[in-house]
Amino acid sequence: MPPTTATLPRAWRVEVFRDAQRDDPEGTHVQSVLASLGIDGAKSVRLGRGYLLPAELQRSEVEGIITGLLADPVLDRVRISEPECPPETSTGCHRVLVAKKPGVTDAVAQTLARALETSSLSAERPEVATFQAWEFEGDLAPTDLQTIARRILANPVIEDVAIDLEHLSYGLGSVEVDHQRVEVPLRDKSDEELMRISQEGTLSLNLVEMQTIAEHYREQGRDPSACELETLAQTWSEHCQHKTFRGRIEMDGELIDNLLKTTIAAATFELDKPWCISVFHDNAGIIEFEPDVDDGWDLAFKVETHNHPSAIDPYGGAGTGIGGVIRDILGVGLGAKPIANTDAFFVGPPDLPMDQVPKGTMHPKRILNGVVAGVRDYGNRMGIPTVSGGVWFDKGYVGNPLVYAGTVGILPRSCATKSVEPGDIILTVGGRTGRDGIHGATFSSTELHEESEVLSAAAVQIGDPITEKKVLDGLLRARDARLYRGITDCGAGGLSSAVGEMGAECGAEVHLEKVPLKYPGLSPEEIWISEAQERMVLAVPPESLEACIATFEAEAVEATAIGTFTDTGRLTLHYQGREMADMDMHFLHEGTPRPTRQAEWTPPEIEDPGAPALDDASTVLLDLLARPGIASKEWITRQYDHEVQGMRVVGPNTGVHMDGPSDGVVLRPLPESQKAIALGAGASATMGRLDPKSMAMACIDEALRNVVAAGGDPTRTAILDNFSWGNCDKPDRLGALVLASKGCYEAAMAYETPFISGKDSLNNDYRVGDETLSIPPTLYISSLSIVPDVRRAMTMDAKQAGNRLYLVGSTGADFGGSELHAYLGLDGGRVPCPDLATAPHLFQAVHSTLAKGLVRACHDLSEGGLAVALAETCLAGRLGASVDLARLPLDELPEGYHPDTSALFSESCSRFLIEVSPDNAASFEAALEGHVYAHIGDVSNDGHLCVRGAGGSDLINLSVEDLAHAFTGTHDSSAAPAQRVAPEGS
Amino acid sequence: MQSPTMSPPETSSHTPRRPRALVLRTSGTNCETETARALELGGAQTDVLHFNRVLESPELLDPYGIWVFAGGFSYGDDLAAGRVWGMELRTQLREQLRAHVQRGGLALGVCNGFQVLVESGIFEPSEPAGERSVALYSNASNQYECRWVELESADCCCPWLEAGERMPVPVAHAEGRFVVRDDTVMERLVAGRQVALRYVRPSWADGSAGGTEPLPYPYNPNGAVGDVAGICDPSGRVLGLMPHPERNLDPWNHPHWTRQEPSAAPRDVGEGLAFYRRMVEVAESALV
Repeated sequence: MPPTTATLPRAWRVEVFRDAQRDDPEGTHVQSVLASLGIDGAKSVRLGRGYLLPAELQRSEVEGIITGLLADPVLDRVRISEPECPPETSTGCHRVLVAKKPGVTDAVAQTLARALETSSLSAERPEVATFQAWEFEGDLAPTDLQTIARRILANPVIEDVAIDLEHLSYGLGSVEVDHQRVEVPLRDKSDEELMRISQEGTLSLNLVEMQTIAEHYREQGRDPSACELETLAQTWSEHCQHKTFRGRIEMDGELIDNLLKTTIAAATFELDKPWCISVFHDNAGIIEFEPDVDDGWDLAFKVETHNHPSAIDPYGGAGTGIGGVIRDILGVGLGAKPIANTDAFFVGPPDLPMDQVPKGTMHPKRILNGVVAGVRDYGNRMGIPTVSGGVWFDKGYVGNPLVYAGTVGILPRSCATKSVEPGDIILTVGGRTGRDGIHGATFSSTELHEESEVLSAAAVQIGDPITEKKVLDGLLRARDARLYRGITDCGAGGLSSAVGEMGAECGAEVHLEKVPLKYPGLSPEEIWISEAQERMVLAVPPESLEACIATFEAEAVEATAIGTFTDTGRLTLHYQGREMADMDMHFLHEGTPRPTRQAEWTPPEIEDPGAPALDDASTVLLDLLARPGIASKEWITRQYDHEVQGMRVVGPNTGVHMDGPSDGVVLRPLPESQKAIALGAGASATMGRLDPKSMAMACIDEALRNVVAAGGDPTRTAILDNFSWGNCDKPDRLGALVLASKGCYEAAMAYETPFISGKDSLNNDYRVGDETLSIPPTLYISSLSIVPDVRRAMTMDAKQAGNRLYLVGSTGADFGGSELHAYLGLDGGRVPCPDLATAPHLFQAVHSTLAKGLVRACHDLSEGGLAVALAETCLAGRLGASVDLARLPLDELPEGYHPDTSALFSESCSRFLIEVSPDNAASFEAALEGHVYAHIGDVSNDGHLCVRGAGGSDLINLSVEDLAHAFTGTHDSSAAPAQRVAPEGS
Repeated sequence: MQSPTMSPPETSSHTPRRPRALVLRTSGTNCETETARALELGGAQTDVLHFNRVLESPELLDPYGIWVFAGGFSYGDDLAAGRVWGMELRTQLREQLRAHVQRGGLALGVCNGFQVLVESGIFEPSEPAGERSVALYSNASNQYECRWVELESADCCCPWLEAGERMPVPVAHAEGRFVVRDDTVMERLVAGRQVALRYVRPSWADGSAGGTEPLPYPYNPNGAVGDVAGICDPSGRVLGLMPHPERNLDPWNHPHWTRQEPSAAPRDVGEGLAFYRRMVEVAESALV
């Protein structure tokens, strides 16, 4: 089809293709995805990186720009088209153009414009744009092209697509609009009208809240302005205020006034650890790390959820998720330096048939590949090692994937607190404000539905990690020079939340026209609530303002004074001299109604299926090792830079060929200190549905096992809670939340591990047609532990033949939500739950054996139980082992539980597989006196894992190479399974 | 040396006798802190400076015998890896870099710093001044690779590398595949002793070391032609490499450190430190 010349851009068009003699990496990738989708007919795929340059340039100038910046003389071949001329194209191929929608951040174009400005290649910062020109050789049906364009090449939420058309938009129509104050009449509205106003404005305010606001303004004798109503909606959102956790709940006759305060935070305050420096009130929790270097160093840790944005745009959602939690760390105290990122994903099964993917949803593999790439590109570019995390798979996440992103930071003790004084200047630093991410806070507080992808496009934020890296560079310098005294990040709710929060105790006055914008035309309301990324807000004493701005400008970061903190107790907003809002801070922060919600919990009635005898335990073990939840995640971790900053002691992968799965990772953040930190996590996709309280305790146990196995001190371990739950307006969901919270309290008290921070995401429901589905109740526990001596950090790989293998901890019939049950198609049974009377002492005893140097390898037991732990330890060390289950102490088993199956595959908590040299065996056993442990076998040099059953039969006999192959060999990194996808509608 | 958790010092007082090293950074650089630590531990008095300061006042470079372009994602690697910073270096400081090298000064580019130096054209023969003939391309695996590899120094003109010596180091990059315009370029580089570091079959791999077979992935992590991990300029005093020796300074950085026999003497440093120490020693001898 000939291009439509009428829509050709008035700009020089440059397309940079790889030389035909070279491979085309992007094209090769797309071709592999096509193959996996069952789309054949594309003989070759090539990518042209496209640029639009101002029509005013001479051809020689364009050529200069190409040689100077756009094309590689060794690798590339270039096509140039004059303004409004049809481009040169390869004959006989289909072309798909992909370009950012107008207004969407185009970081590459910004870099190009800046480079042209600073070089002598262009007189002033020119208007430039980028696009991708894909060329497909071969026979492709129009429907296939549509599918390729919209599902593989582009994200239609943020990008425009043209197929065999050469249309490209160039330049933004800049319309200056004179924005007036807008009043929203509420005072005389009926309940129906109030709810309509809330829904149409994506305010996510419920009826009681709307009524409360209407009543407040009746008292004021006026209606709210649009800015005021938006501010209330942002501040009162579930995302910002945690109304469920802080609200009143009635369950089984008990009235719980503030679930957070009475469970999770209660444990922290009752434990009252002196090493907890700042908990639950700042952007992140802070604990003591090393008091003896300089004036003392502390650690900050925060984990965030970013579920709904990642469902719509996995790459952008996960990237801005990690970007957001990094800013939490930049904004904790006076700012901490990020030293580690963690990430965890919960997605649908990778082999989900395409016809079971709900409308408006992406396939789980596409989601997983997208979120991995998003974390990779943001974390790697920030220079923060992404070191730990995990992936969990369950059908319950098909419509609503979960993305957790966490960051650890380090900061001097003197920077752990902050303040805001009336008279301080409100300084925004970092990225500019645009329409990206409008209503993110309120959007994340509603359920997803089929049209979410389209309607909430504006809620997707676009990340630019280099801008955030520059902010980090400027911020730490300004911090060390003490050029500001208060700081927070611009996260959910944008400036409205950041300024509102910082000025809550005093008052603030903001002039919205001063906020630097990406492009003109934003209304004052949009400026105020935009969630454009990479922005921080500082409280700067007037005398430091000039130096503070200069410090940021030296890093090429924009810093702009937009207002002042006041002593009026009011939040006032102005735009071009007009007053847009004048609100009482107290009502804004304390006026949220707290209705009482009903909660209930009925355990599912499922008959205990037991654990049957297995005909062929070897095959079961190989199959379990290949299950996505257990199999190697190395294909993910290799894409993350886990070595940057040079602190790594134990990485995510370990062993001879570095393909063994570490339990916890260990980093040494301070060169002057021999102390290190260990990071771990515990979670389950399957146990919460059966028993939310046991699940919570098991997650805490697992998070602790991770760090103890790596050398962390269990008595110097802090934990974080992240709840992702279904809609808690439904009593059963809320009941499960109450039980899980109580489990958190009991376990934290028993282990003496305080919670230092947390975050909840409580509306993970997904509507398909008339049916509303909830995700499985999912608690993600993160642990941060001090390793007292870096030289005692430990890995899980078997070290030497002849060493003893001990199983520490007791084994019972704990198969509820286990991998074996899922594999056998069974459901029910007892969910693993730690014995809180014995487990804390056991952890301390195990830690003491590591600290004394008595241990050669330590691996915790989790999914797949002892059999999987043995296999992983052997394959990581490329050594065999000979194990006798008759030596293994089993708890008394109920009927239906086969002893060998239970010994091998039970997922009982608080257990470790530990390798000890014969020389140290006596000391090791002495240190574990009074605890359950057994010498179950030895490391061997015959390259085979051999397990004898309690009756003497050979249960397992597998070579370590077979184990390694099963564990590492299953991931296919292409984007979706080999079912043909449904073509896009025409 | 300040702690790496603090913002690195931009200036420090001059101590005579120790060579002075400057770590250059720009928007998106992220390895400057551990690189500065490596140089300090290696014996150099080290400062870190934003490249924009250099562009404003090029004489700031003058006191330093060692210039290091640190790794990261300069300008986001937008347009291409190292492209924009390389363009700045080429268009605004090329002559100064050449003069620095002619005076006996050293320069190093690690990872993104290597990409920047390649883009700058410094590895090309000065006569005749032609188009660039070498490039760093997307990894053959088509993805970012963070993993440990083993390097062997080739017979090269870089004065702080000794032929045959080996060093385990991590790589972490997506565009590290060394490629050349055509075979004659590789012949010229070998003849000019510009091939400095090659990936080799590591000690932990199965089978014998060495051999003439093409080194398989992942021991050659990116598909580099001739297993080339690093090259030097014709003088030998400018070196670029993709892997990160500054991430192997401490005894427990090596991924196998926990596998060491308990009876063996504990490791005291990582193998990457010797790389920086030798570089500083060469700079020191140039001072005398």
